[in-house]
Amino acid sequence: VSATLNELVAIADVDPVPWARAQMAFTLACHIILVPLGVSWALMTLIANYRAIRHDDRDALVLAQRWSKYMAVTFAVGAVTGTVLSFEFGLLWPKFMGRWGEAFGVPFAFEGLFFFTEAIFLAIYIFGWRRLKPWTHFWTGVPIVLAGIFGSASVVAANAWMNSPSGFTLDSNGNVVDVDPVGVIFNDAMPLQAAHMILAAYVVGGFLVASVYATGMLRGRQDRYHRLGFVIAFSVAAVATPIQMGVGDALARWVFNNQPAKFAAIEMVPETSQDVPETLLGHLNEDGTVSGGIKIPGLASWLSDPSTGTSTTVQGLNEFPADERPTTRQVNVVHLAWDVMIGLGTLLFLLSVWYAVSWIFRRRMPTSKWFLRAAACSGVLAIITMEAGWVVAEVGRQPWIVYHHMKVEDAATANTGIWIMFVAVVVLYLALGVTTILVLRAMSRRFRRSGAFTDHDTPYGPSAPAADSAAPDEKAEEGAAR
Amino acid sequence: VSTTIAVVLMLAVVAYAVFGGADYGAGFWDLIAGGPDRGSRPRRVIERAIGPVWEANHVWLIFIFVVLWTAFPEAYASITLTLYVPLAIAALGIVLRGTSFAFRKVVVSTRYRRMFGAGFASSSVLVPYCMGAIAGGIASGEVPAGGEAGDPVDSWINPTSVVSGVLAVAVVAYLAAVYLVWDARRQGDAEMVEYFRRRALVAAVVVAGVSTVGLLILRADASHVFDGLESRGLALVVVTVGCGAGALVLLVRGAPRGARLLAMLAVASLIASWGAAQWPYLLPESLTVSDAAAPTGTLQAVLAAVVLAILFVLPGFVLLFVLHQRDLLPEEGVEDAGDQAPEQLPS
Repeated sequence: VSATLNELVAIADVDPVPWARAQMAFTLACHIILVPLGVSWALMTLIANYRAIRHDDRDALVLAQRWSKYMAVTFAVGAVTGTVLSFEFGLLWPKFMGRWGEAFGVPFAFEGLFFFTEAIFLAIYIFGWRRLKPWTHFWTGVPIVLAGIFGSASVVAANAWMNSPSGFTLDSNGNVVDVDPVGVIFNDAMPLQAAHMILAAYVVGGFLVASVYATGMLRGRQDRYHRLGFVIAFSVAAVATPIQMGVGDALARWVFNNQPAKFAAIEMVPETSQDVPETLLGHLNEDGTVSGGIKIPGLASWLSDPSTGTSTTVQGLNEFPADERPTTRQVNVVHLAWDVMIGLGTLLFLLSVWYAVSWIFRRRMPTSKWFLRAAACSGVLAIITMEAGWVVAEVGRQPWIVYHHMKVEDAATANTGIWIMFVAVVVLYLALGVTTILVLRAMSRRFRRSGAFTDHDTPYGPSAPAADSAAPDEKAEEGAAR
Repeated sequence: VSTTIAVVLMLAVVAYAVFGGADYGAGFWDLIAGGPDRGSRPRRVIERAIGPVWEANHVWLIFIFVVLWTAFPEAYASITLTLYVPLAIAALGIVLRGTSFAFRKVVVSTRYRRMFGAGFASSSVLVPYCMGAIAGGIASGEVPAGGEAGDPVDSWINPTSVVSGVLAVAVVAYLAAVYLVWDARRQGDAEMVEYFRRRALVAAVVVAGVSTVGLLILRADASHVFDGLESRGLALVVVTVGCGAGALVLLVRGAPRGARLLAMLAVASLIASWGAAQWPYLLPESLTVSDAAAPTGTLQAVLAAVVLAILFVLPGFVLLFVLHQRDLLPEEGVEDAGDQAPEQLPS
């Protein structure tokens, strides 16, 4: 028995660093899907709410109502998955927090304020439909939108600080002795990174909500309610997408100027050179050669600095010692993620252009089957785009956790048992993800079956028509959950 | 400045206990409310009482973490390195609890309501136990200074931790029962007023008993804190006992509003007395508050955030509670035909 136990202990006694990284990556990847809904859905709901009050629009009212109910669910899931992250900073990266907490933590002090505001007003908004006056109720929703924007900016400020650490003084032992909070929050990478994430929230949230209504329309639910739901959400995404491309382009140039190793990984440039081609796909080999892929001559150089065109010098991976840049495997991950982000981002942009053109020339949204099919996919595509962009940012900065100051391997916990927590987290989150989707679907089916509000209990707005409920289907919810 | 931040941290812990704690306690009563028929009325009171406020209350925990890791990073590293097991359990419990509660509100079939209800209620007991055990581990000096790991097992399975864990569960259950008496009265449910009043009385006795046992254990296991309770924290201990006794009297005499206030004060001073007893240590007898503190610039930033919170967030928090207490936040959205169980739909 003791031999078996020893064996088990040996198996359990693993290098904690990859497990810590895996868990952080997994929990963030899950949380980042909920963030856009928290940030952007409130705006879409308020647009519908505004229409409802201003134009006495009953469909808009039902939309705003139901969106606020869905939001209550997604916000709760987002709040608790976010809380897990605040545990993980310490559970996975205690050495990082112990040494850098006084600087890295500062943006979170302000993020806390915004999160508080968001939680408070979301509760008032969601629960206040029936008893608050229409415009009062509308205005209680506005702080949610603002808190979402500034809250994300604060969190991203902390991430940006890891990429561009500033606002602190070190003593000769490398300990932080003095902190300038303003310098920490408004670090060099923060403005563009924050803008990129906030816009991503609107892009992803908009496409995701719109894709649900596009699916409904494809299944023949072409009523005004579905069209309105689609138009509000898709318009938000379509406005945000082109701006996002501009901001993303500026951010890439920031990386070119400030994190050359990450940039070399993005563009897969083994050796410093001019006239660097933009390689689509392809693979970096261990010996530093690039195989496969489609090369567009000079484009990477030209994009890096259009003023010097194709003669722009791009630093290659050879400029950096092997232990101060991403490994070959990481370079391949970063480059592929980059291609995915750019490729899918461009597709979403083209879809937005299609939509805009139709509005400009025909004064209505495109209704062709192919547009709706594309729109129905846009939500998932937008999530993949965002996740890919996040992989570029995080894998690209390896091996640093604090750029040029601390490596990831020196930041992790020494606790060898953390793989147990990783397994538990993965199981819990998978169950959580599946349940969230099933619960939202069950809600949507119930709403659809019932038609509208019960007529005795209408919020502000015109009086309700009788609920045109379909035949009751007792097993429908259980069926939906299977 | 570091003293001020330590006071802020203590106040945040107090706020989390009296607001967020009561939400956990409500989960405890939900857990033992009985089967779907018998338990449906108390569960309804509970759901309406904590529905709009639990997420805002939950933010106090985030706030505690943020202040801890920003203003006292070394202590945060030590705590997380040592007490990772109860922290990990608490983190997973928080996920299970928050999501189960949110899901339970929006599903209609009994089967799923029971499933999510079980998740919500059981984790509502687990999480405060872990929090109490963590506090006990810190109080009994199990966490070393210097961002080092203490014993991963003994640090939270020791007499002080066990008794603080049990005390935490008892205290939140007590608070919740006292609040729910008032909530049931607001909802005009006389039977539930009596139901929670009886439970509040039992919980009060349990809290008093566990506290007494706790004092004896502290004397043996955490003498620094015990001595502190007899000196620096004595005034607060007296306030705790006084308010607790007062709340008990008011409960017996059927004055839930006053009882609620006194119960809050009792719990607040109980926790504050722990803080006072630890002083000047953040981690008893290994790390003082001033040694643990981050550079002045950081502390000033945290202070600025606190001032902003008082100016802008506190009014919102008060507004939420006032609206909730005045029944202006009755339910999510409005009643939608789709929120009814299928069999109740008009056909």
